[in-house]
Amino acid sequence: MITKRIIPCLDVKNGRVVKGVNFKGLNDVSSPIELARYYSENGADELVFYDITASFEGRQLFTDILKEVASQIFIPLTVGGGINTLDDFDRVLKCGADKVSVNSGAIRNPELISEAAKRYGDQCVVLSVDIKRVDGSFHVFAKGGREDTGIEAIEWIKKGVNDGAGEIVVNSIDTDGVKGGFDIEMLTAVCNAVNVPVIASGGAGNIQHFVDLFKTLPKVDAGLAASIFHFGEVKINDLKQTLKDNGVIVRL
Amino acid sequence: MIAIIDYGVGNLFSLCSSFRSIGADITVTGDIDEIRRADKLVLPGVGAFRDAAAKLKEKGLDKVIVEEAAHGKPLLGICLGMQMLFEKSFEYGEYNGLGLLKGQVIGMDGTIPQSLKIPHIGWNALHFTKSNPLFKYINEGDCVYFVHSFYAYGCEASLIATAEYGKEITAAVAKDNIFGCQFHPEKSGEVGLKILKAFCEFGD
Repeated sequence: MITKRIIPCLDVKNGRVVKGVNFKGLNDVSSPIELARYYSENGADELVFYDITASFEGRQLFTDILKEVASQIFIPLTVGGGINTLDDFDRVLKCGADKVSVNSGAIRNPELISEAAKRYGDQCVVLSVDIKRVDGSFHVFAKGGREDTGIEAIEWIKKGVNDGAGEIVVNSIDTDGVKGGFDIEMLTAVCNAVNVPVIASGGAGNIQHFVDLFKTLPKVDAGLAASIFHFGEVKINDLKQTLKDNGVIVRL
Repeated sequence: MIAIIDYGVGNLFSLCSSFRSIGADITVTGDIDEIRRADKLVLPGVGAFRDAAAKLKEKGLDKVIVEEAAHGKPLLGICLGMQMLFEKSFEYGEYNGLGLLKGQVIGMDGTIPQSLKIPHIGWNALHFTKSNPLFKYINEGDCVYFVHSFYAYGCEASLIATAEYGKEITAAVAKDNIFGCQFHPEKSGEVGLKILKAFCEFGD
């Protein structure tokens, strides 16, 4: 059977990984290449590179860095941040990205998903959604989670899948950074609404949170996290071994 | 020299990088003479079968590949490139493939349980159905990375590995000098590189 995926997310600014990392044996902890290699050799099933400044400062993505990563790391790479046009897709795909994650760009340009899916295939288009509860319903937030768009999240995701998004990243703003576990309620709502892979993001603080995620919600396909991996609080190989011990199918 | 056949389908960046990382001497080419001169051929491909088959034909590459394979030149088809090795595909119509291997390409839709998502995307374990030189550096149960919605069917004669996704789906095929991987070795970490290495060494 297909394995559940564990995905570290690297936030990149000006070609360097930010948010700080703390690994023994890594000389340059903010080098995307060194970190990518470290993760790839230590059990990551996929890597996400996110340009955290692009959505509001319009910065060009770090294509040279991406090229270098993609020429050395042979697991799937997803790139996001500042993806607003088909040219943005083209640029990162040519540098070795396998999937392109759209977020604010899909809100600004409603045709982006369908045009990209037509040109590059559904499997290439990832819809990443920042979601927060507002007055008892799920709202899509834009600009890195700063702005309430007022859009109802489940309907937005359904539309995205209809347009050709091949995968959904659900980032719960409510649980993000709290380290109290994934937002199972929100994820359940998304998993019940669509039949494409759903990636859980926001809230992981320890190994048990991943076990809870996959045991409570077997429909979810992957767990994504950043700081707990970067700071070594959770080692991906340990995490996957624990998942396996709990009957979750993983690649070891 | 290994020729990675460039016929305008998909992105060859990762594939080239992965071959280079194992020290393989590669060239990316759509040139018939260069393909004929190469020691081995790789037929990549992503996207729609119809477009890919049309592009191969348009450039006259279909005949060259079939002839070179018939002369015993090792050939590796990857993903859509693997599907092209078969007689026919029923991906949104009915289209002829290269006919190098017996079998057809059909959709997963309707042939796997409805609860499973399509495309089949992610890491899945290989189950060997036959021993093959392609697997000389890897083990039964090793995981590789799949992204596809169609798969080869009726290819028992050349089947060498399957992956379980509601049923046993064709993962790899081989017949003499002709090899095919439904998964992406260039995205399958160390295991994938070992498969590419085995292909590079085939016949040496």
